[in-house]
Amino acid sequence: MQLDDLYRRVIMDHYKNPRNRGKFEDGTVTIDLNNPTCGDRISLQLKVEDGIVKDAKYTGEGCSISMSSASMMTEAIKGRNLQEAEELASRFSSLMKGEAVEFEEYEDIEALSGVNKFPARIKCATLAWNALRKGIEGTEEKS
Amino acid sequence: MNPSIREQFPILHQEINGHPLVYLDNAATSQKPRAVIEAVKHYYEWENSNVHRGVHTLGSRATDAYEGAREKVARFINAKSMEEIIFTRGTTTALNLVASSYARSVCGPGDEIVLTEMEHHSNLIPWQQAALAVGATLKYIPLQPDGTITLEDVENTISPRTKVVAIAYVSNVMGVVHPVKEIAAIAHRNGAVISIDGAQSTPHMKVDVQDLDCDFYALSGHKMCAPTGIGALYGKKALLNKMEPVEFGGEMINDVGLYESNWKELPWKFEGGTPIIAGAVGLGAAIDFLQDIGMDNIEQHESRLAAYAMNRLAEIEGFQLYGPRIREVGLITFNLGDVHPHDLATVLDAQGVAIRAGHHCCQPLMRWLQVSSTARASFYLYNTEEDVDRLISALIQTKEYFGDAT
Repeated sequence: MQLDDLYRRVIMDHYKNPRNRGKFEDGTVTIDLNNPTCGDRISLQLKVEDGIVKDAKYTGEGCSISMSSASMMTEAIKGRNLQEAEELASRFSSLMKGEAVEFEEYEDIEALSGVNKFPARIKCATLAWNALRKGIEGTEEKS
Repeated sequence: MNPSIREQFPILHQEINGHPLVYLDNAATSQKPRAVIEAVKHYYEWENSNVHRGVHTLGSRATDAYEGAREKVARFINAKSMEEIIFTRGTTTALNLVASSYARSVCGPGDEIVLTEMEHHSNLIPWQQAALAVGATLKYIPLQPDGTITLEDVENTISPRTKVVAIAYVSNVMGVVHPVKEIAAIAHRNGAVISIDGAQSTPHMKVDVQDLDCDFYALSGHKMCAPTGIGALYGKKALLNKMEPVEFGGEMINDVGLYESNWKELPWKFEGGTPIIAGAVGLGAAIDFLQDIGMDNIEQHESRLAAYAMNRLAEIEGFQLYGPRIREVGLITFNLGDVHPHDLATVLDAQGVAIRAGHHCCQPLMRWLQVSSTARASFYLYNTEEDVDRLISALIQTKEYFGDAT
């Protein structure tokens, strides 16, 4: 088992220096999600205008994998429309299944490919992306 | 502890991620000795049949094996008779039976069920549900900073309105041994019964339900060398006789009519459906195995190991302990600096060391501790000082790893 596949420098950088961590006073969509088996939790806020994610922030508690994944996810979706965000989320699912996919939009995400070799940790990496999917569903239902 | 004990657990002799396995997740489930695995195999190869109904020879063999296991459980915890032992799927099912059958029938609006905040979800939610159903009130005995409780607080929490006191003998997170015998006396003085969650005590110490004078006592086989899916509920005969079954079907009936039916005598009225026969046989074999070694020896071995581990762990910078410094049982819950317990458990696993990370089915306790999760190392009779040394060096490497990675 190669631990360095899991804990790459870029992951630890997102963990120690999280991007988009915080709260909006007026987020348009808030999604609270937790992982009941381990206690990780995330509160994701999306500012969506005209079908475009103008901004995203999150707060939460969790391991380096779940929190770095949230940091990367929020960076990746900013400025994209909901369809593109959804497409990123499904590409992330493919990455967790061990498929060779690329993230030209935000290459840091590819550092999480090593999680695939640690089955017990996949749910950590997908927490933020599951929150995103819920958020997109919620936004689409409203419109 | 005799090193040959370790030899009797086949699973321990393998490599995990290129390192010899060090299994320190015994509070979640224990490993199984060859004697138990063979007993289950022997049952299926020579005795398997349904119980209590076959006229044929295998039917008698299976019934003898199943009821023989019940006798062993009764003797192991010193119940007065085998009628007081009901086989269940484990502690969870046993506690649910008490909460669903006993608590719901004796509690009404304004009556109280007394617990602690450190109960495992399986000794909390069944009572919560019972209280919601009948309008009873849940009351919690306050915790001291180290996770212990005082008898003074027990006295102050239990009142004449209390019908049930539900508490674990040993906490699965804080490693505390509660004074259940004294708590039982206080409960009885107030006209309440005491139901003890014995999941973490039964595998590790001598238990005498008559000496404790407890009314109910639940245990799980899989934490004490037996297979998963078997456990037992002890209940005082007079109480069990008054209780209604919660599962209805085959095996548990006396006479069935089209509109009404009645039930078999104890303990079978609570065992609807084909029981967990092979599991019970495995539990009987596990009890024989543990008694051959001696529960006093097991208890001493684990408390010595815990003391050794505690001394060494305290030397690690950033080691944060939850629960009292002195341990009677081999269970240590902790955090290490800023390293998240999941990351810790993954790095330890890469070195072949298996520990638990998470909330340990104790979300209210995690909130009380003001943490989202913790790491836990728990020992059993086959663990050694060498295992503790491996844990320590893996923890030191984890610190270095996360230090370097930043």
